[in-house]
Order: sequence, then C-alpha cells, then structure tokens
Amino acid sequence: MSDTHAQSVGYVQRSQIPPSPPPATEAGAVRWVRENLFSSTANAIMTLLGLLAIYHLAVWALPWILNGVWNADSLSECREILDGARGACFAVIAERWNQLLFGFKYPSTEYWRPTLAFVLLLVSASPVLFSKLPRQLLVLTALYPFVGFWLIWGGSIWVPVFALLGIVAGYYAFKQLERQSFAMGLIGAVVAAALFWWVTGFVIPDLSRIIPISLPEVPSRDMGGFMLNLILGTVCISLSLPIGIVLALGRRSQMPLIKWICVIFIEFIRGVPLITLLFVANVVLAYFLPPGSNFDLILRVIIMITMFASAYIAEVIRGGLAALPKGQYEAADSLGLDYPQAMRLIILPQALKISIPGIVNVAVGLFKDTTLVSVISMFDMVGMIRGPILASTDWNGVYWELFIFAALLFFIVCYNISQYSQWLERQLDTGHKR
Amino acid sequence: MTTYSDPPSESFQLSMLVNDTRYRSITFQVVALILLAAAIGFLGWNLMRNLALLGQDISFEFLGEPSGYDINQRPIPYDSQSSHLRATFVGVLNTLIVAFLGCITATILGVVAGVLRLSNNWIIRKLMMVYVEAFRNVPVLIWILIIFFVMTAALPPPSAFRGDDPDSSMLFGAFAFTNRGIYIPRPIWEPGSAIVVGVFIASVIGVFAYRRYTTRLLYDTGKLLPRGWPSLLILFVPTLLVFFILGQPISLDLPALRGFNFQGGTQIRGSLIALWFALAIYTGAFIAENVRAGIQAVSHGQTEAAASLGLRPGRIMNLVVLPQALRIVIPPVISQYLNLTKNSSLAIAVGYMDLTGTLGGITLNQTGRAIESVLLLMLFYLTISLSISAVMNVYNARMQLKER
Repeated sequence: MSDTHAQSVGYVQRSQIPPSPPPATEAGAVRWVRENLFSSTANAIMTLLGLLAIYHLAVWALPWILNGVWNADSLSECREILDGARGACFAVIAERWNQLLFGFKYPSTEYWRPTLAFVLLLVSASPVLFSKLPRQLLVLTALYPFVGFWLIWGGSIWVPVFALLGIVAGYYAFKQLERQSFAMGLIGAVVAAALFWWVTGFVIPDLSRIIPISLPEVPSRDMGGFMLNLILGTVCISLSLPIGIVLALGRRSQMPLIKWICVIFIEFIRGVPLITLLFVANVVLAYFLPPGSNFDLILRVIIMITMFASAYIAEVIRGGLAALPKGQYEAADSLGLDYPQAMRLIILPQALKISIPGIVNVAVGLFKDTTLVSVISMFDMVGMIRGPILASTDWNGVYWELFIFAALLFFIVCYNISQYSQWLERQLDTGHKR
Repeated sequence: MTTYSDPPSESFQLSMLVNDTRYRSITFQVVALILLAAAIGFLGWNLMRNLALLGQDISFEFLGEPSGYDINQRPIPYDSQSSHLRATFVGVLNTLIVAFLGCITATILGVVAGVLRLSNNWIIRKLMMVYVEAFRNVPVLIWILIIFFVMTAALPPPSAFRGDDPDSSMLFGAFAFTNRGIYIPRPIWEPGSAIVVGVFIASVIGVFAYRRYTTRLLYDTGKLLPRGWPSLLILFVPTLLVFFILGQPISLDLPALRGFNFQGGTQIRGSLIALWFALAIYTGAFIAENVRAGIQAVSHGQTEAAASLGLRPGRIMNLVVLPQALRIVIPPVISQYLNLTKNSSLAIAVGYMDLTGTLGGITLNQTGRAIESVLLLMLFYLTISLSISAVMNVYNARMQLKER
C-alpha cells in the first residue's frame, strides 16, 4: 500500500521556502496602530476623541507655557512684557522661589542647611528602603535624626550630641537588663536615658561656652514653605511608626483593657478629619497643658499629626499581622519564645515586610495632608502662596503659575514614593499572576 | 513502683505578678489602668486650672444665643438673628450636600476612568493613567484652591454679559458661568406638580419591575425580551403624558441679568463648585484605582470560561466579571466616600459654609468656646464615620462568599 502511495507523489520539495515577510499592514508601527488604536469602530472613535482632547489641551497650555515670562518684578510688568499675548508669568517663581521652598523668615544665608539635611535624608533613608545595601549603613539612619535636627534648627552641637549619647546609654541599660525580662529592659532604658539627659542638662550650657561649636539658631516658627511640609511629613511618619506598631499589637492583645484603649484611640482618630485635630492643636491643646507652659505651635501640630498618622499605620500593620499564617505564631510559641521575643524575632519582621506598601501609602497621604496646616495659618507651601505671595501687591492675581509649581513639587515627591512602593511590591511578590 | 506525689502546692508570691504569665496580664492591665487614670487626671486637672485662670467654664449655652453672622448658602431658613445651633444645622446640611454631590460625581468619574484604564485603546489608557496619577499625587487642598481660583478669577463677572455685544453669553440662554457662581434654571412647582413627580417615581419602580419580570421570564422559559427601549418608554412616556395633560405644572425660572447681577434661577456658588469638583475628581482617581484592581482581581479563568460558553465581550463584563468585581470594589469605595466626607472639611479654605466653617469657624471665633465647638465637630464626623463603617460591616457580612 505504502509503496504505491509513495510512487504516486510526483514531486517532493527538498528545501524549505524562506518565510515571506508579513504584509505591510501587519507589521511594525502600522500593526501596532491598528491593534492599539483602530481595532474597532468604537475604538477608533475613542482614539479620535482622545487625540482631540490632547490637541485642545496642547493648544490651550503650550503657548501659555512657551510665552512664559521669567524676568519681571511684578504681575503688571509681566503683562507689559507680554503685551496682550497669552502667557504665563513664571517670574513670580523666579523671584519668590526661596519663600516657596523655605518660608519667608528662614535666614537666606542658611539655606544650605535644610538643603543639606534633605540630601542627607535621602542618603540615610536608602539603607532602610533598599535591603540590598550593606546593613552597616543603618548606622547613618540612626545618626540622621540628630544631624538633621542640628542642621535645620541649629544651636549648640552639644544638644543633639548628648541626646544621642542618652539614647546610647539607654540602649546599654536595655542590653544589661534584657536578660531578666524585656519589660525590665525597657524600663531600665527609659530611666537611664532620662537620668543621663537630666544630668547633662546642667553640663551643656557650660560646655557650649567652653567648646562653642554651633550653628545660628533658627526658631521653629521661622520654618515655612515646602521645607515645612517635608519636615512635618518626615518627622510625623517616623514618629508614628513605633507608636503605630505598639497600637497594632495592643489592638490584637489578649488583655481586654489594653485592647479597648487601643481600639477607641484608633477608631476615634480615624473617624475625625485631620482639620479638627489641627484645630485641637491650634486652640484646644493649650487648655490641657499645665498653665504657663508655652508649647510651640509646630510642636503641637507635630503631636496631633503623629497621633493621626499612627492610628492609620496601626491599622495597616494590624492587617499585616492578621495576614501572617497562624502557624508562625504557634511555631514561635512552641519554640518557647516569650511574647516580646516572638514578636521581635518571628512575627514583626514578617508582618512589617508585608505592610510596607500600605505604610508607604499612608506616608504619601500624610505628606499631602501636611498642606492642611495652612488652614490654621501656618506658612507651609500652600500657606505661603495664599498668604504672603498672593496678598502682596506685586503678585496679586498670579494663581496658575504658583499652584502648578506647588502641585509639581508634590507630584514629584509623591509619585516617586509610590513608584518605589510598586517596585517593592514587585520585589516581594512571589507571583501567581498572569 | 512509681510514687505519685501531689504537685507542690503553690503559694502565691509577689514575684509571680511579673514572672508568671497567668498573672502578668493582670499586672499589666492594672498598670495601664493606673497610667490611663493618671493621664486623664493630669489633663483634667490642667483643664480645670486653665479654665479657672481664664475665668471660663464648659457650657453649651452659647448654642442658644443669636449667631450674628450670615451664611451665604442656606438649605433651611436662617438669618443672623438665628441661634448658633441653627447655624450648626445649616453647616451640617451643607456638609451633607457637598458630600452627597461629591460621592455621586466621584463614583461616575471613578468607574468610567477605572474601566477605561483597562481599555484596549492605548491613548485612552494612557490618558486615564495621567489623570489618576496626577490627581492621586497632588494634595486635594491644592486642587480645591485651583478650581476655586478658576471659578472666581478666570470666569467673567456678571457685567460681561451686559450690552448688545457682550463679552460673554449664556449657555443655551439658561446657564450663566460668572465669577459669582454658576446660575442654572430653577424648577417652579405649581399645583399638580406633585402628581407628575408621583407618576415619575411610579415609572422608576415600573422599570425595575419590568426588568425583574424579564429576568424571571428568561430563567423560566428561556425567552429573552428586549430591555433597553421598553425601559426608556416606561420611564418617560407616562410622565410626559401626565405633564402635558395637567397643563405643564412645572416651569423653569431662568436666570436673567438684572441690575448688577443675575436674578432668578439657582445660584451655585464658586466655593461649592470648587469643593464639589475638586473632591469628586480627587476621590474619583482613587475610586478608579479600586475599580481597576477589582476588575483585575477577577480570575482570568472566569473570563475564559465565559468566553468558552460563547458569551459576547459585553455580556462577559456584565454577567461574569462585574458581579464578582463589585464584591471586591465596594468596600474600598465606601471608605473613599468616608474620606471624601472627611475631606469636605477643607471647605474652610474656600469659605464654603459647611460645619467646619460655621461651628468650627465663625461660631468658635465669635464665642471663644473652643473646647465645646471642636468637641461637637468631632462628634459629628465620628457619628458619620461610625455609621458608614457599620453599614459597610453589614454589607461585607452579606456579600461574603457563601462557601460550601
């Protein structure tokens, strides 16, 4: 059978025909356009609508940006230069950039200090953010709060140095007493640090006179502009992390009293808008402090924003704790670890790792919310624009340029943070997606 | 031989309060209770002394006194002789108005943008991404101020509408966009209008009844009746019929330029527009992300299974993907509504008289009753938040997957 069949074949191709190129409409850019822009009638209409929208936006915005005036002393001068043409008056940013970034009272000779502090912040935050960097760099992170404080607020160098030494003293006390129990270690650390600070409190004035290393002091009411937003955001987030962890653990605690204190605190804070908390900082908090004590407004605001942020962070971390498999808790118990050990060695490292994206979200939200302090007449970025700059006779009426500048700065910071968070999520993702 | 002995009888020692896990939690709670009591006592003591020093007291009597200030947007009758309590209620209503409008607009924007972010069309996808990223990464306060300045500084004054050849003209002769707000026609309810409204409500119910009927018919017999045009018919025809039979009992009061300003119609103030749209667009960007995440969370196998059953793409979306996605989407969207309501307190930045503007703003400043005002303010927002989360818990419990 097979023989006859084989003989019936007259011709067999010996070599393969090379594949011909795809038709022009199915290759390269044309194919991409066909698939992504004009795959169906509805799609084509949407594409055209999209292009129309972009065109209108460009026609409206481009001349305005390209005609922008960068050199002028006032809005009226801008208008003279423009001579009826449509165009932006970016001169306001060129003239007032220092106020927008640093506030209107920060001494201009000292601008390098917050700038350096900001750069150092990026450097010292990187070992926390990127786990591939050598762990020894975490020392920088630990040192940063003191360096940053000294750079921004200035004053004698001995204040942050002794603050740091007090922390070190507390750490050693903790290490000594930790063998007895974690709680003892903690109490010992607090006592040791407090004792150290109390004693050195007498030494600092004399020491500063003998070895005067100091930067000119800048009171915190002189902080302003974008710097204030950054200070509030960074300080409050870093303070609220430990408080948030404690609150989250408290909320999952077996002890009813502790649990209910944490639940009430968290739900209360999350139930009210930040503005009401800022009102508290502005007008109410003074009633609850000892008579005669005069807290700085910034400090009061930091307290309230920290409380606000820690409630949100607590909820994020609680989610992380709940997401851990129960086996981890049981494994820790079966190893004979006590509660602090189990938390520190087994549970928290994993739970915190899961909750990093959530924490970053809270951080971005909080950083945006720092603009709210302008409502209680502090001069942050938005407060500077609404207050001194728009109220000045020179620049009354320049809205778009200023707000776009502010929006751009916030966008750059927040967008990069959220990109980081997405990158991190991809790193942590073990992947079951398509 | 084994000898059994009783476990050593435990005598309670003081050190067990710290070292024994059975008693330690009691110790901790007692310590916490003492610390809490001490903190409350300290704060309360400070409060008493501060109040005594300032010669003040805590009382809510100021709510009954005449407020002495005017509010520009009054959902209920109010004048400067009304009490602070009434001003507070006006504020509450204004908060609810802007929150309600904002939530609806944000939902529409968010759902549209979220679905379009998954579109096949590259341009639309990228445009929606730009929208979402631009609005999520910039503080809402900046957006509120930008829109407010557009409303007050960029729109023409009413005088621009005057004259034979005015600089600006009204849209359709009925809408005027001025720097004092947007004027829109206001319906005038004449006798008989109640019947028209009643018929309209009845037809809305009718539409739902018809759709339920078609569904049941489909399940029982497999017969699919058309749904689109009969729904429209039921919705509009009876209402229009009644409207014309009764001799058009509802007419429109059009805004018109008289003197220096527009008269007639309803004025929507720039502050309301700014707050409403900024909150809606900002929250809409977040809702878009929730919607996108919800749709993407529906397993790919579901779409493929539906496609292999022969369903068309539109049906796959409506019958298979969306019902499953909604269960994931709704809880975060409700918490976005909550955020929007809380963010509406930013009204104070543009002078919209919501609760923060009346009670937390002018009333607080005039009476100096800071503690009482802020307390009431917090209680109001707390009540709203807690009731919304209660609703959400009920919803979650109902929507939980019924697993076998």
